Amino acid sequence: MEGIVGYGAYIPRNRIRVEEIAKVWGADASSYRKGLLVDEKSVPSPDQDTITMSVEASKNALKRARINPREIGAVYVGSESHPYAVKPSGTVLAEAIGATPDVHTADFEFACKAGTEGMFVALTLVKAGEIKYGLAVGADTSQGAPGDALEYTTAAGAAAFIFGRENIVAEALHTYSYTTDTPDFWRREYQYYPQHGGRFTGDPAYFKHIVGAGKGIMEKSGLKPADFHYVIFHQPNGKFPFRVGEMLGFTKKQIEPGWLVNKLGNTYSGSSPMGLTATLDIAKPGELILIVSYGSGAGSDAFVFRVTEKIEEVRDLAPKTRELLEKNRFYLDYGTYAKFRQKIRKAS
Amino acid sequence: MREVAVIGVGMTKWGELWEKSLRQIFVETALLAIDDAGVDKVDSLIVGSMSSGLFIGQEHIGSLLADYLGQTPIPAARVESACASGGLALKMGFLEVASGVSDIVMVGGVEKMTDVSGHEATYALGTAADQEYECFHGITFPGLYALIARAHMEKYGTTREQLALVAVKNHENGSLNPLAQFPFPITVDSVLNSVLVADPLRVLDCSPITDGAAVVILCPLEMAKKLKKPIVKIAGFGQATDTIALSSRRDITWLESTYQAAQKAYQMAGKKPEDIDVVEVHDCFTIAEICVIEALGLVEKGKGGKAVEEGLTSLSGKIPVNTSGGLKAKGHPVGATGVAQAIEVVKQLREEAGPRQVKGARLGLTQNMGGSGGSAVVHIFERV
Amino acid sequence: MPTPARFWREIPQRYRLEAGKCKRCGFIAFPPRLICPACQNREFETIRLADAGKILTFTIIRVPPHPFIDQAPYAVGIVELDDGVRLTGQIVDCDFEALKIGQRVKIEFRKIYQDGESGVIYYGYKFVPE
Repeated sequence: MEGIVGYGAYIPRNRIRVEEIAKVWGADASSYRKGLLVDEKSVPSPDQDTITMSVEASKNALKRARINPREIGAVYVGSESHPYAVKPSGTVLAEAIGATPDVHTADFEFACKAGTEGMFVALTLVKAGEIKYGLAVGADTSQGAPGDALEYTTAAGAAAFIFGRENIVAEALHTYSYTTDTPDFWRREYQYYPQHGGRFTGDPAYFKHIVGAGKGIMEKSGLKPADFHYVIFHQPNGKFPFRVGEMLGFTKKQIEPGWLVNKLGNTYSGSSPMGLTATLDIAKPGELILIVSYGSGAGSDAFVFRVTEKIEEVRDLAPKTRELLEKNRFYLDYGTYAKFRQKIRKAS
Repeated sequence: MREVAVIGVGMTKWGELWEKSLRQIFVETALLAIDDAGVDKVDSLIVGSMSSGLFIGQEHIGSLLADYLGQTPIPAARVESACASGGLALKMGFLEVASGVSDIVMVGGVEKMTDVSGHEATYALGTAADQEYECFHGITFPGLYALIARAHMEKYGTTREQLALVAVKNHENGSLNPLAQFPFPITVDSVLNSVLVADPLRVLDCSPITDGAAVVILCPLEMAKKLKKPIVKIAGFGQATDTIALSSRRDITWLESTYQAAQKAYQMAGKKPEDIDVVEVHDCFTIAEICVIEALGLVEKGKGGKAVEEGLTSLSGKIPVNTSGGLKAKGHPVGATGVAQAIEVVKQLREEAGPRQVKGARLGLTQNMGGSGGSAVVHIFERV
Repeated sequence: MPTPARFWREIPQRYRLEAGKCKRCGFIAFPPRLICPACQNREFETIRLADAGKILTFTIIRVPPHPFIDQAPYAVGIVELDDGVRLTGQIVDCDFEALKIGQRVKIEFRKIYQDGESGVIYYGYKFVPE
């Protein structure tokens, strides 16, 4: 039996409201609110990045896992905003938590599903008996081009999972991945902002792959939507998760506990992983959780977890996801936001 | 050990001396000291300079200046203790004469700070702090003293106005000093309205960036007695260190190195704080003066702010502090400061301070400090 | 401004707050030292510092040194950790007006600064209100 031994999240404390952004670009804030079902999003401070958030989320995961970090055999960071183009985020994380030097480290990248990729590999290495514990983090400080629709949702956050075979709080029952080559959203080397195919990012991309992975894992496992207590989908905006849930036969009630995007924004590689940490914060022993991520390019990773009694022991050992979402928020104006996100052109 | 006298002093106007290089500034000043002493050569040169290397890319200035003074092959050295480099040079010069190794020793201090940008100058000054555990985190010098100020204000009730009064007093004195960088008075309001640098310290709480030099000539007391002029001897000195990082100090509001150095100086001179008639202290920031007069034992611990407010340390007060204008009005070419402090005290004891004269001054004290208090050098001068 | 080696050798301190505890008198040296300043003993055990403490004093830096130019204004303080060790560091995610001496803070891993657009990124500890 293998599964999650510890989990943790981290959300920066800054926020910006949809109104603030719309004001600057002369857009209609209420139509963005209604159209995206997003009110505000998190903004990283200039001293935060994928690495710093990964470290904090991992520390929270370690608090719950209560293991010696030297026993972690793999450290993976999945992101589309790694601070370096060449030099891993994973090594800084591994040093910071004290897992070095006998550890395997790699950075993952696949638009918004880089987090679940790392999770899949760490989990599978544990399953194969190669490592005792594996740490996987999904984190991003995603960027939206000024004035673009994505600017309302691109946010920052991190979720970390430690997988192992002892003291499991959520057993990993099944995994399944669904992948095709679909250019719905991309960024070329040396480009500062990504580009996307507008409405092409919907049906042929997000919906096709999540439905593909969702159906695939249910077929593989013999489980039906009603068997699950919770389902978490990748959250690029507030509406898509409910729509795809409906397409797969899930109810709003199953989706809501892990639905954070309306107050958090889209944390890209952290999106569905943070939905999972928020769900683990409240799930009861015996309940089944389905998580299906989505990464443009495109692909989806699906996991089925069954919560164990151990969850009650560890849940309160670190801050809960919704606590991080709700406590100590600082609201920014657009100017400060633009400065923090380095959207202002300065003299070199 | 022989007794040591100061027989010559030299100082030129301090400020942003665009037209003068370091060697020019120093030699000009040194020649004034040589003329004042009435000697035509020296046996040894000791120069205090915090960082000629960072400011003008020039090390080896002991030799450079001995050369440009036309004094080779005399032994020469640059000594460094951050902002206490000048005071340290004085101590080293004293030891060389007292030990009998040399008779006429030139002690100088010099800094040329305006050949680099403000940022580079700030960086160079920052090297006096702990690079890895203070500067790495973004602290600046005003920042370190601001940390001291806030702690002092919290612990002793020292007020923002009391800090301002230090700057006002020093400018009042500086306006009477033709060699000062800023020879004009300022008001409390102008201090309180000046731009914030590191809360609660503002621009007018901070000493400036200055080019300048100061030079004294030392010789054995017996030799000095042959000259027909008022003789001032160095009656005692003390030097001490403390932790380099402010965070490692036992009491953030107390300058232990100054206390230790002063105790040694008082002991050596056989004097007590209440015997001192005039004092030059290291007011790199207004709060520094308040902490220093406490550490020197001139006022009770915690009462430095009150003392300034009550005029105890003004020119007409019971114990005049920084009659020269202090670092704030006179300027602070880092390595030169310690020597310039000595010059002011010597002038006071010789009764040559003009409108700044403290009547009947017989015993003076200088306190020169490095960094946020990591080092301190105190000298006591006595009219013979 | 550190070179890669100069920063790298302090990583155990910057990332994990590793300190040396004197085996004889218990003095905690951060960064670790070769000789105890309290008792001159030369043997230490490696420990990690506490991860929370209280503010002893603070200031707001408005005129920053060059590498920190875009960060100003920022708060810096001396914090006394729960194990008695005092550290200098930035205090972030805080309202300047609300900062108080005695306030509880905890340590967070943050970027300290970076060597321009193409140089190394230096990470380390900062304090956030608890």
